[in-house]
Amino acid sequence: MRAASYSRRKARNSIWTILAYAATALGLALLSIILATLLWNGLGGLSLDVFTKNTAPPGVVGGLLNSIAGSVIMTGIGLALGAPIGILAGTYLAEYGANSRLASAVRFINDILLSAPSIVVGLFVYQLLVAPVGHFSALAGAVALAILGAPIMVRTTEDMLNLVPNTLREAASALGMPRSLVIRNVAYRAVMSGLVTGVLLAIARMTGETAPLIFTALGNSLFAADPRGPMSALPLISYEFARSPYAEQQKLAWTGALILTFAVLALSILARVLSASARRS
Amino acid sequence: MSGHVQAQAPVRAAIGEAEKVVVRNLNFYYGQAQALKNVSLTLYEGRVTAFIGPSGCGKSTLLRVMNRMYDLYPGQRAEGEVMLDGENILASGLDLNLLRSRVGMVFQRPTPFPMTIYDNIAFGVRLYEKLPRAEMDARVEQALSRAALWNEVKDKLNASGLSLSGGQQQRLCIARTVALSPEVILFDEPASALDPISTAKIEELIDELSEDYTIAIVTHNMQQAARVSQYTAFMYLGELVEFDETNAVFTAPRDKRTQDYVTGRFG
Repeated sequence: MRAASYSRRKARNSIWTILAYAATALGLALLSIILATLLWNGLGGLSLDVFTKNTAPPGVVGGLLNSIAGSVIMTGIGLALGAPIGILAGTYLAEYGANSRLASAVRFINDILLSAPSIVVGLFVYQLLVAPVGHFSALAGAVALAILGAPIMVRTTEDMLNLVPNTLREAASALGMPRSLVIRNVAYRAVMSGLVTGVLLAIARMTGETAPLIFTALGNSLFAADPRGPMSALPLISYEFARSPYAEQQKLAWTGALILTFAVLALSILARVLSASARRS
Repeated sequence: MSGHVQAQAPVRAAIGEAEKVVVRNLNFYYGQAQALKNVSLTLYEGRVTAFIGPSGCGKSTLLRVMNRMYDLYPGQRAEGEVMLDGENILASGLDLNLLRSRVGMVFQRPTPFPMTIYDNIAFGVRLYEKLPRAEMDARVEQALSRAALWNEVKDKLNASGLSLSGGQQQRLCIARTVALSPEVILFDEPASALDPISTAKIEELIDELSEDYTIAIVTHNMQQAARVSQYTAFMYLGELVEFDETNAVFTAPRDKRTQDYVTGRFG
């Protein structure tokens, strides 16, 4: 009796183990196929022109300079807007709010924002910053990116600060250190690499977003550094050129997607390495 | 039990001693749960007072009242009086940071800050004093020497405080506390996470520090209490059962519960 039920248990165990491996293999296979497709189609278009020339009309040799610059500028502004909000709100949740009603509400809203469809954020910012002004702008794009990036930093900052042992806070307080200094000089320091990880993840998310930029930054075939006007970005140009009937533009779309994917991948890997080292210390 | 009320005043010993911290009718609550029941005792200036008793008896809680560490957590409150040089530190409106600079604390687990050895010391000092570099260097050296750590770290002051061994980290924490020149130092089981050699060093240190500071130490180790303290308080279930000269508590306890505990019959 006991032997029979044990062998059934063992059989069930191996079935589920196989299923788990299969699911993992499927996920990894999809990722490999995506990366392989990008490399296959995008690597051929990778040349110095891509980084030195602006996007051009069909028939002219062009590059992606204005899009790469646009992505960097908008992500930069988005980070400057979103990082302080994200880190400060996360600090409030972990250090002051704890289980208060306000903190629970903020945490709930933040969870919703984390999974909000990015197109909705784009439309929201369109109504807020594009429609009243009458023209598209990189600034509006950056605000949309900030709204998408901040919740990530709120979450990681809170999670990281919760890893700081209370004994460390007590030790600092026992020296007569005011609360604000305990947070800035002891708690932040103790989980610095974790906080940086959160910022890197947010950058990765913001760099890769297309939908929030469609209604805000719009895109621009010229090089633009003024955030008050429309601006190009890598995801936008990949979206635009992928639908183009011209082969050279389609090729550039692949190359843009390749650069974008590997930039995001590099950021994610860097974030992983940093957070692993944070946990070890 | 009303017997221990008289037992709280160590009449013989108090003669000639200066009172540094006087606890009167202290009650302490974690939310609804009462952790200290009507505790009264005195820490004498320049003396080491040990707090012993089984886990959960309230000895650490009592220590955390003396620098108002419990204030960090909502829902914890103390009633009664704790007089430091005649001033009630439980009074509302008291500057807690100033209080904690006068009443330092060393914890069970070493808690070096994630910064250099030098900054671990200098950081606390900078909160209260702006010193030129040379004077700060001298202060850091003095504090580390005081904690018997200077010779081991003088060549690596810029190394991380976390790179030291457990015993060294604990002495770093003591140095950090001493650097602020507090009047009272509270030790919450300072050696229970350390090996015997490190423990011996910490005990030696406490003995030396008692020349200049009033010291309270919570310990689970009765030999340690006997070795380092002049006064001992035995606590049980939130009550102060017996408070007397250490020698008297260990050789001629007045309460049956104290006797059972110090002879190892329970706890």
